[in-house]
Amino acid sequence: MPDPMRIRANMAGDKVEVRVLMAHEMETGLRKDANGKLVPAHFIQNVTVAHEGKTVLAAQWGTSISKNPFLHFRFKGGKPGDKVKITWVDNKGETRSDEATIAAAG
Amino acid sequence: MRALIMAAGAAALAVCAAAPAQDKDVTQREIERYRELLAEGNPADLAEAKGEELWKTMRGPKQASLERCDLGLGPGVVKGAYARLPRWFADTGRVQDLESRLVTCMVTLQGFTEDEAKKNPFSAPGRPSPIEDIATYVAGASKGMTFDPPLRHPKELEAFRTGEELFYRRAGPHDFSCATCHGDEGKRIRLQDLPKLTDPKEAQKVFTSWPAYRVSQGSVRTMQHRLYDCYWQMRHPQLDYVSEASIDLQVFMAKYASGGTVEAPGLKR
Amino acid sequence: MRSAILLAACAALLAGCTTPPPEDDARRQAQGAFERSFTHGNKEMFARVVGQDDVQALCSRWRNRPPADVAERIRKSQAATLVYPADGKLMGDWRQGEKIAEDGFGLRFTDTNQPKRPNGGNCYACHQLAPHEVSYGTLGPSLYRFGRTRGSSEAIQRYVYGKVYNPEAFTACSGMPRFGLHQVLTPEQIRHVVALLLDPESPVNQ
Repeated sequence: MPDPMRIRANMAGDKVEVRVLMAHEMETGLRKDANGKLVPAHFIQNVTVAHEGKTVLAAQWGTSISKNPFLHFRFKGGKPGDKVKITWVDNKGETRSDEATIAAAG
Repeated sequence: MRALIMAAGAAALAVCAAAPAQDKDVTQREIERYRELLAEGNPADLAEAKGEELWKTMRGPKQASLERCDLGLGPGVVKGAYARLPRWFADTGRVQDLESRLVTCMVTLQGFTEDEAKKNPFSAPGRPSPIEDIATYVAGASKGMTFDPPLRHPKELEAFRTGEELFYRRAGPHDFSCATCHGDEGKRIRLQDLPKLTDPKEAQKVFTSWPAYRVSQGSVRTMQHRLYDCYWQMRHPQLDYVSEASIDLQVFMAKYASGGTVEAPGLKR
Repeated sequence: MRSAILLAACAALLAGCTTPPPEDDARRQAQGAFERSFTHGNKEMFARVVGQDDVQALCSRWRNRPPADVAERIRKSQAATLVYPADGKLMGDWRQGEKIAEDGFGLRFTDTNQPKRPNGGNCYACHQLAPHEVSYGTLGPSLYRFGRTRGSSEAIQRYVYGKVYNPEAFTACSGMPRFGLHQVLTPEQIRHVVALLLDPESPVNQ
């Protein structure tokens, strides 16, 4: 199974500030290994963020996103104690979901 | 959201574009900015989380975790242990750094052979290194503490003297020693600043921030890897993992780094 | 009383003969530690680093700051190693010199898989040379416009060739490799580097 994400979610004024670090190789498909063979592309394609079950962010990603992507965003309507769930799916169909609880102003 | 990612991408581009800038201060500033952008999400955090998980996982022939590992402050004490390493250990009768101590625990607690424990010290794409992640976790548990290895035991003092000789030992087709690059202040190789490791001000900053995520390698690297990589540049053969020389050199550097604050896991070029 | 002094003197003498000064002891320890720390790598490479020649041993011992007499000894012994091309031609092609100056390839343990690729000189790692290359190091002095201020007489050509061949002949315990003596660069390559520094057409001298 893919490695867990690191999620930090806390109130910033009336918004929720979320920082997510995802563990992923994000292979572009253009890199060659030590033997000169192309390493197949392997990257996150879809990211969704749900706040208490409701999608607040959906993104389509490609190979221009770096290895171990870092995502930082804010959304309105959350409060301390609510849950934020982040899910990614990559081009091989592998997926990972992690959840965090919104903390008070951090 | 997309705007934010674009902004991050643009910042990364800006760094690339700025690298050959004539004005060194501009280059330095851009590197600092890049570091600040990444510091919020230092990918070393991922290694730290994985390492914590591995620390508690039953592994090896004995199906044991590392939770009883004695890193110098007693069995199972992780917090603060890295700030007191390297040090002499009575059970092995040797001075050990973090990574060699982890090897010891993998052998004694988990039943790995020494060769097995040392087999995969540095990760590569698609090939994670458990000991690298565990080292990152243990070091991170001393973050913010004062770096204060004991350096009192006769064997520790002996390791310091040996390390000092090794630091200045010139050899090979290029006549290089550690001191070639790290003996004077204010120098750089290409655009990379080189710390003078016998200057406490500089040693305190750099020595205490390993393991670190190295952006150029896309991976966490440990102090053992730093030394291995230095000897590679010095046109020496491959330095053995957790070898005597690697530990003695760390004891030598640790003395000058004493009094600094542990900033592991760090973020480096 | 008198015999006690004599005894003490004898003991001191004996001690002087049998107990090495502590720094020698540390050096022996370090040599042992070194030999036990590179056991899994390339054996030929190990053979090149396990021993030290006089220059390496003296410069290690004096922490690269040798006293005047030692420095003189090093310069003399190393001046005797200088070999200049038999045809007397010391200047090559600065364009090739520029490539050599940029190239850090060679003699690292991962470089053995490209046996035919020539070594680089990696001059930019430590020196400023042509102004268009802004990624230069500062371990050595800037060589920008080196030839412009010194000309390209035969004397200066000989100096530069010799300096790249074996810098220890000029500055004892220099941080610079002995590119010629240790066959890191070929005589042909050194000529190109000389041209990079001295040719009036070289970008270094613009």
